[in-house]
Order: sequence, then structure tokens, then C-alpha cells
Amino acid sequence: MTEKDGLMIDARSLTKDFGPTRALADLSFRVKRGEILGFLGPNGAGKTTAMRILTGYLRPTRGSVHVCGIPVAERPVEARRRIGYLPENAPLYDEMMVIDFLRYTAELREVPPAERDRRLATIGKRCGLAEVLGKDIGQLSKGYRQRVGLAQAMIHDPDLLILDEPTSGLDPNQIVEIRELVKELGKDKTVILSTHILPEVQATCNRILIVNEGRLVADDRPEALSGRASGASIRLVLKAREGELDAAEVGEALGGIEGIREVQKAEGEGAGTLGFVLRDSAGADSREAVFGAAVDHSWIVLDLHREQVSLEDTFRRLTLGEQEGGEG
Amino acid sequence: MTAKTIAIARREFRALFDSPVAYIVIVAFLLVTGWMFFSTLFLRERADLRVLFTPSLFSPAMLLLIFAPAISMRAVAEERKSGTIELLTSMPVRDWEVVLGKFLADFALTAAAVLSTLVYAITVACIGDLDWGPVISGYLGMLLFAASLLAIGLMCSSWTDNQIVAFIVALLIGACLYVISWLQFFVPDFIAPLVDYVSLSSHLSNMARGVLDTRDLLYYFTLIGGALFIAERSMAHQHA
Repeated sequence: MTEKDGLMIDARSLTKDFGPTRALADLSFRVKRGEILGFLGPNGAGKTTAMRILTGYLRPTRGSVHVCGIPVAERPVEARRRIGYLPENAPLYDEMMVIDFLRYTAELREVPPAERDRRLATIGKRCGLAEVLGKDIGQLSKGYRQRVGLAQAMIHDPDLLILDEPTSGLDPNQIVEIRELVKELGKDKTVILSTHILPEVQATCNRILIVNEGRLVADDRPEALSGRASGASIRLVLKAREGELDAAEVGEALGGIEGIREVQKAEGEGAGTLGFVLRDSAGADSREAVFGAAVDHSWIVLDLHREQVSLEDTFRRLTLGEQEGGEG
Repeated sequence: MTAKTIAIARREFRALFDSPVAYIVIVAFLLVTGWMFFSTLFLRERADLRVLFTPSLFSPAMLLLIFAPAISMRAVAEERKSGTIELLTSMPVRDWEVVLGKFLADFALTAAAVLSTLVYAITVACIGDLDWGPVISGYLGMLLFAASLLAIGLMCSSWTDNQIVAFIVALLIGACLYVISWLQFFVPDFIAPLVDYVSLSSHLSNMARGVLDTRDLLYYFTLIGGALFIAERSMAHQHA
């Protein structure tokens, strides 16, 4: 409950209705100091709504949030002092110069006047803004805008950073830069970032929350989530010794192999070849059996390898209604 | 008033000068008042300042009726449209500090336009004897009149993310309050004083005559306070 326990966020049964639409349904989670938490979910899952509630921009229909032990709904101003927030798409004042904007936010975010210049210099350097300080924000590229957004969120050195889609619309190089920055920040701060891009959370976060249709469907470390989808899949490409293979016949033969749970037709590798993705039962490795079957039927094996089920699969399974047993 | 209110006011004020609005308002105001002042000066050979303050169909007050909504329409609506409102409200700032800061910025610009016409008063004072009493009360009336319109404009701006809508609604409210005093001859006698009291222009007329009455001051302060309060409430409502 208190800050001493290292509990930065304590969100309890957050529910938010917009008219008849339920954006969040009974969402509860806790975040400890020093965690980099990835908020993952398809578009429209309620990520932005959840973040807006954390920052006090929206009030939950039911439930409560404490930030550093401060109830956000009752003492919003106090809670906001502890939070740095980058809203989605980095809305900024386009007509302002970068330096003026940062000075303005430093004022509003209560950086003591004596420290302002030093803070501005530190942040400008950290976010790589040195050469654009004198430019109008409206002229900046998307990458620089995002960095200005980050800079204003960090200007008061908050304990908690909330970043809504910090890398959306950036090019791959910029994405890597922002990721590095977030990791760097995560060393001494708590960071919550939302995204629908999976490699992003895998690369930066040490904990992942997956939300779908306003509900929490998973809460775990990235490694654990990747392993969660049981079993693995086998990629197989076959070719006939002579003539053509009959897909239905081959599929049936493969389906008959013990340990194979599911056979899916996939892309081949050119004319005369057939591609398949086979799903193992949990714990099994059916590669030997598959190879044996190929020998028996005298198929030529062009490719046979095992793919670990990725976080992506877990994500799909959890958010496309293919519910997993156990934790929901 | 807090440091944050002043920081917000300062930013808003600069934003007004980043757009052409501020320059248009000041130049147009000077031109129209100048024309009115000099036409009475040369045609009627009278240096009369009261003409500047007395509300009519063609007077500086009429100009404010249009300019005030134009200045204040962007206050909240623009932040809603661009999404910066979310940024602003994620900072440790109270809604009333935002509303007050924006109001002060709009008022500073309008006051600059109104007070720029002091050059005419000084001209008159140089030519002959100027009775400063009615001039001061006239300026005070004009500033309060403008502040009321700005507060109404800010209130309308807080209701929408569309600046045009904010402008039109504010213009309508202002115009109704401006012309309602003309109705007092057509309504039953017992309503007439009420109609006269709610009218923006009748209070301005009083002050233009050099009459400083607490009832007039009270009227303007109530209107300004009420409109800003509603604006603050609708800012708070967005969190719902």
C-alpha cells in the first residue's frame, strides 16, 4: 500500500463505461518500483483508457488507483506530481519552440526555478534534443516529436513514467533509440508502456500485462508467456520423388502420426512441393516420427524444423477468443 | 493567483501573438475608434470621448462583441482538438488555474487593444480641458464589458472541440445580452427593470456617462465569475 513497500501502482477493479460501452472490466494489477511493465493488447482493448485512469485524466466508473500510495481520484494534483505522462501521439503545442515548451512544462511540473536550466540541459541531452531546441515543434519529424514528448514527461524526474504507444509511427532506427532510452530509464524508475507491437515488449519489458476487451487476460514475465502456449510447431516441406503429391492424402498420413495434434496446410517452396505446419501435443517432439513417415512414403524432405511458440502466438491465442485454461 | 496560472497565462498570451488574431484585433480596434473619434472631432467640431464608450449599433463595444468571441474561442476548444488538453491535465495543475490563466491571457490582449485608444484621450487632454472622471469610468466599463464577453467566450470554448461552434454560440449569447435592453420598451412594465438589469449594454451606458454604481460592477463581476465557474466545471466534467 505504501511507498515503502515499493508499490508504485495499486489498481483495484478498474471499470470504465462510456455510455453503453464497457472499455475496462474489473482490471486489477500492482506495479512495483523498478519494473518496466508492458501493457499489451489489440487496438481498442482499453490500454489508453487504463493509462488515462492511472494519470487521473479519466475517472473510473468503479474501482480505484493509488500511485505511490496516493489515491488518484481524491488527490489528483498530488498524484500527478509523481507521474510523467506521454499521451498517445504526443500531443504538443505546435506553435511553440521546443525550448519554450520544455521550460513551460518545467514550470507547470514544479521544477524549482533554480534547477530549471540544469534540468533542461540534462533532459535535452538525454533525449537527444540539442539541435532542435530552437525549432518550432510543428516543424519536427515524428521521431523528434516523440522525444520532446518524452522529455516533458521526464522533466520533473518522476518516479513513474507512463508512456502510451511511445514508438508508434517511428522508423526502425528511432524505435531502437526509444527502446534503449526506456530501458535506461527503467534502471531507476518505474515505467509503464503500452503497445500493440510484440517485439517491443519482449525487447524492453520485464513484465507483461495483456488486456483484451477491457479484461486482463495475462500477467507474467515475457519468457513465461512465450512458453505458455503449450507445445511447439513443426515446419515441414515435402516433395514427391516423381510427379505430384496429393495434399489431402499426405495430410491424412501426417495426421495419423502419434503426437501430432493438428495438421495445417502452409506455403510450399515452389512447384511440386507441399508445405505443412504440424502442432505437437504438449511435451512431445514428433520430428522423428514425421521423418519416419516420410521415409515410409518415400517423400523427399526439403525442410523439417521445430519452431518454439512465440509470444506472438500466446498473444493471438489470448486475444482471439481461443481461451486458455486456468488463469484468465 | 498562483505561479502556474501566470505560466499558463503567459503561454496563452504568446500563442495569441503567434496567430494573426492579436494583430487584427488591435489594429481594427484602433482604426474604428480612431475613425469614430476623428469624425466627431472634425464633423461636429467636438472632442468627445463618450462616443467611444456608449454602446450602440456602431461603436467600439460592438466591435468587442465580435472580437471577444474570436479571441476566446480557441482557449479550450483548440486544446481539446489537438489533444494537448490531456497533456495539460496530466500536469499538477488544477482546472481553475487553467481557466483563469487562459482568461487572463485573453483579457490582457483585449485590454491592450482597448487601452491603446488612450492616445485619443491624451490628444483631447492636449487640445483642451479633459474631464478624466467619465473617461476613467468609461474605460473601466469597457474593460469589464470586454471581460464579460471573454468569460462567456471561454465558457463556450470549454463546451466543444470546435472553435467555430464556440465562436458562434458566444457571439449569440453576447449579442442577446447586448440588444436585450432595447426590448424594455416592448415588455410589460414590471419586467422592464429586469431586462434592463441583465443587459450588457445598459451597464456600459451607465459607466460611459461617468456613473460608477456598485450595481453595475456587481453585474459584471457576477457574469465573469459565473461564466468562468461554468468553464471550470465543464473542464472537470471531461474526466467523467
